Amino acid sequence: MAYQFEFADVFAYWPELLRGALHTLVLSGLAMVIGMVVAVLGALGKTSGPRWLQWILDAYIEVIRNTPFLIQIFMIYFGLPAAGVRLSSETAALLALVVNVGAYGIEIIRAGIESISKGQIEAGKSLGLRPLQIFRYIILKPSIQAIYPSLTSQFILLMLNSSVCSAIAAGELTAAAGDIQSRNFRSFEVYFVVTCMYFAMSVLFWGAFAAIERAWLRKPSLR
Amino acid sequence: MRVLSEGDILFIIMAVRWTLLLSIVAFIGGGIGGLIVALARTSEFKWLRWLALSYIKVFQGTPLLMQLFLAFFVPGIFGIDVDPWGAAAVGLSLHASAFLGEIWRGSIEVVPRGQSEAAYSLGLTYVPRMFLIIIPQAIRIAIPPTIGFLVQLIKGTSLASIIGFVEITRAAQIINNATFRPFTIFALVALVYFLICWPLSAYSKVMERKLTVASR
Repeated sequence: MAYQFEFADVFAYWPELLRGALHTLVLSGLAMVIGMVVAVLGALGKTSGPRWLQWILDAYIEVIRNTPFLIQIFMIYFGLPAAGVRLSSETAALLALVVNVGAYGIEIIRAGIESISKGQIEAGKSLGLRPLQIFRYIILKPSIQAIYPSLTSQFILLMLNSSVCSAIAAGELTAAAGDIQSRNFRSFEVYFVVTCMYFAMSVLFWGAFAAIERAWLRKPSLR
Repeated sequence: MRVLSEGDILFIIMAVRWTLLLSIVAFIGGGIGGLIVALARTSEFKWLRWLALSYIKVFQGTPLLMQLFLAFFVPGIFGIDVDPWGAAAVGLSLHASAFLGEIWRGSIEVVPRGQSEAAYSLGLTYVPRMFLIIIPQAIRIAIPPTIGFLVQLIKGTSLASIIGFVEITRAAQIINNATFRPFTIFALVALVYFLICWPLSAYSKVMERKLTVASR
């Protein structure tokens, strides 16, 4: 007996799917912004903080990078209440994503800081550039150019990783999918449509990030 | 609710063998698939390159969790019964094929063109040229990022718990549901993952540093 595809049963729930996708985008966007604040502070701490702070930051980075994100979510959502901190599933999901992306972000930002050599700043000074010009053209723009690819792919990884937050029913796209398939029993159709939605979002961001790079971050050619 | 016993802890720790077995199977499966993807990505035929690129993009642009769900539900369409173990092994292998394929494509392309041209002019055909000249040189460059991805893969096996495969994460959830000691249990599991992944990460970092020094 051939399998009968019933995609109509999935599209009947499109408002829920759309809300889930929007939730995924908001969750990822917020986590990225807050995570980058953590990353910048962490990178400053690692490059110019006291010894003990550098040690703590190293431990943070290694622990996060070498344990699964799912366990990190469980620790925050189920483990923290034991220490008296009770979070809603949405807050726990956001916190877990921030803690996770922060650890990866520190290394990215640090690479950006280290990509600027002293000689370039001195060259700028000897060309008679004002301090603000030096900051803008010699420090800021080249360091953003250097880290832009890793930063944008980190964001897409974060967005895809946020699907794991469905494990604590955080209400994003994957959780919405789980809800729907528990009602219409169309598991394959639901997950296929949702996978396509994630892919569409990835393609959209790949395109948008590439367009931004072409428009503002093109490196001067060496001809 | 009952008290967390030594037996429970042993049950969780012993479940790590399923995590390791799944990681090994997926790494071998992904290694074979990844080699095919990498060769297709560097082939002379445009359509084959395009096909491999599409495969990579699909897996890089969708969540691993969705890939596992589909690996679990797609066989049902064809009337094939699949258990969580089979679905997780196949899903993670396909996932690893895409990522290893992209890593190895990069390593193959780093080998200087002259090597390939020299092999041509010696009259070597594709198979000996690739497997005797190019790939042996590419392996050295490929080792650090490959081990880095292995760490990602080991961590990724924790998602198999969501489709119901009882590896260490699922075992921990089962024990937690009975004893409700989440902090202790998940910290223990995190420690086990850390003890597996951290040495690999450290090794990958050391190898990478050696390579940069050697290429200077």
